[in-house]
Amino acid sequence: MPTVSMTVNGRAVTGDVEGRTLLVQFLRENLHLTGTHVGCDTSQCGACVVHVDGESVKSCTMLALQADGAEVTTIEGLAKNGDLHPVQAAFREHHGLQCGFCTPGMVMSAVDLLKKNPNPDEGEIREWLEGNICRCTGYHNIVKAIQSAAADMKG
Amino acid sequence: MYDFTLHRPTSVDAAAAAIGGASDGKIMAGGMTLIPTLKQRLANPSDVVDLGAIAGLKGIREEGGNIVIGATTTHATVAADPTVKAKIPALAHLADGIGDPQVRNRGTIGGSIANNDPAADYPAGLVGLGATVHTTKRQIPADDFFIGMFETALAEDEIVTAVAFPVPEKAAYMKFANPASRYAIVGVMVSKGPAGLRVAVTGAGPSVFRLTEAESALGGSFTADAVAKVTVAADGLNSDMHASAEYRANLVSVMLKRAVAAAAG
Ligand SMILES: Cc1cc2nc3c(=O)[nH]c(=O)nc-3n(C[C@H](O)[C@H](O)[C@H](O)COP(=O)(O)OP(=O)(O)OC[C@H]3O[C@@H](n4cnc5c(N)ncnc54)[C@H](O)[C@@H]3O)c2cc1C
Ligand code: FES
Ligand code: FES
Repeated sequence: MPTVSMTVNGRAVTGDVEGRTLLVQFLRENLHLTGTHVGCDTSQCGACVVHVDGESVKSCTMLALQADGAEVTTIEGLAKNGDLHPVQAAFREHHGLQCGFCTPGMVMSAVDLLKKNPNPDEGEIREWLEGNICRCTGYHNIVKAIQSAAADMKG
Repeated sequence: MYDFTLHRPTSVDAAAAAIGGASDGKIMAGGMTLIPTLKQRLANPSDVVDLGAIAGLKGIREEGGNIVIGATTTHATVAADPTVKAKIPALAHLADGIGDPQVRNRGTIGGSIANNDPAADYPAGLVGLGATVHTTKRQIPADDFFIGMFETALAEDEIVTAVAFPVPEKAAYMKFANPASRYAIVGVMVSKGPAGLRVAVTGAGPSVFRLTEAESALGGSFTADAVAKVTVAADGLNSDMHASAEYRANLVSVMLKRAVAAAAG
């Protein structure tokens, strides 16, 4: 069985996987990092978004072996010393979630957006979230949370 | 998903050897089409050869007046590349409209054209700009590359290495996107340049096609008015839950006019 090694949330990890093992399976089943969700099998919902070498990707559509040697950040790696990341704090403050299923992917996607575009307008946020589906909120409060996080992160 | 042996070669030669040596090998680039296909057990390869670790297949360069894009260059890279934005903004715009940010961060130009989905954007980009596909065996003009639905001129063990685009004087791409996936219900690329006057349509038929009637009309005058009366017959166009063949035929005329207006600027 092939072995895969990567850095996940700053920690070096290694494990035995099959060729077909998805990155999301490795995160959830080998590392027990269950914050990353699986919401579809068509690569469309974005519940599984994590960062690989700084870019947001769908961890359900990448093999664990393709992340060999990579730096991976999941939702569990955002808070520092018990303080929520500004995007997480803003989702809580602005009711950017209801059931919470889409939230880890939404937050990881939003963090990537704010890295590339620290000052997005509402249209740019909505367009960026094309690959993140939420069945609960109607998106308004998610957009509000991201706008507020953008302001907090500048200040 | 059935299991397979994954190969991660670091050179094109090693990739060609791995695919040639497999009993039922499949090439993988971004995996954005292949992995969902494997999940649905629509394919059961013995070996998957991932091109992602081959540095030489990534990146964008200018060469002999052409913009040459490596096969594993992602849609996000093409969309953000300063050279592409300056020389062929229509192509940057096309890449920026594919799927969503996470699909664009993984999906590649080589994977998109090798797959030749009837609703994919790049086929219109290549045919509409008169590009040339470079492979491990030869160079293929875009006009001869896309054969039919999910079918290309590629042999089983042939790997796309790059795509070379001539720099047009003017060009624009307009698509009417499926609101769920962003795939093209109809997309039209028009251009005028070293490759002549070109109008290429994706999404409407089983594979990308050129609209010669529009190309001749633009030869007279490159204006939206010149193509205002160009229509296509619904016969043979795609019809599905998203759009009937008649609706697609009408969209071709609408997207054509918008693309010409944008290119004429
Ligand atoms: C949610 C979603 C939305 C999407 N929306 C759009 C859209 O709006 N427009 C659009 O055009 N596309 C869209 N796509 C498809 C996307 O563009 C993919 O990137 C593309 O279809 C395949 O590229 P890939 O690099 O992921 O290829 P892979 O999935 O890795 O491979 C696809 C096929 O190409 C072959 N292949 C890959 N690379 C090579 C090569 N270098 N040489 C020879 N064969 C090769 C593989 O064997 C396989 O058969 C979408 C995909 C998803 C999941
Ligand atoms: S689980 Fe739906 S996109 Fe990954
Ligand atoms: S909060 Fe329930 S899916 Fe988004």
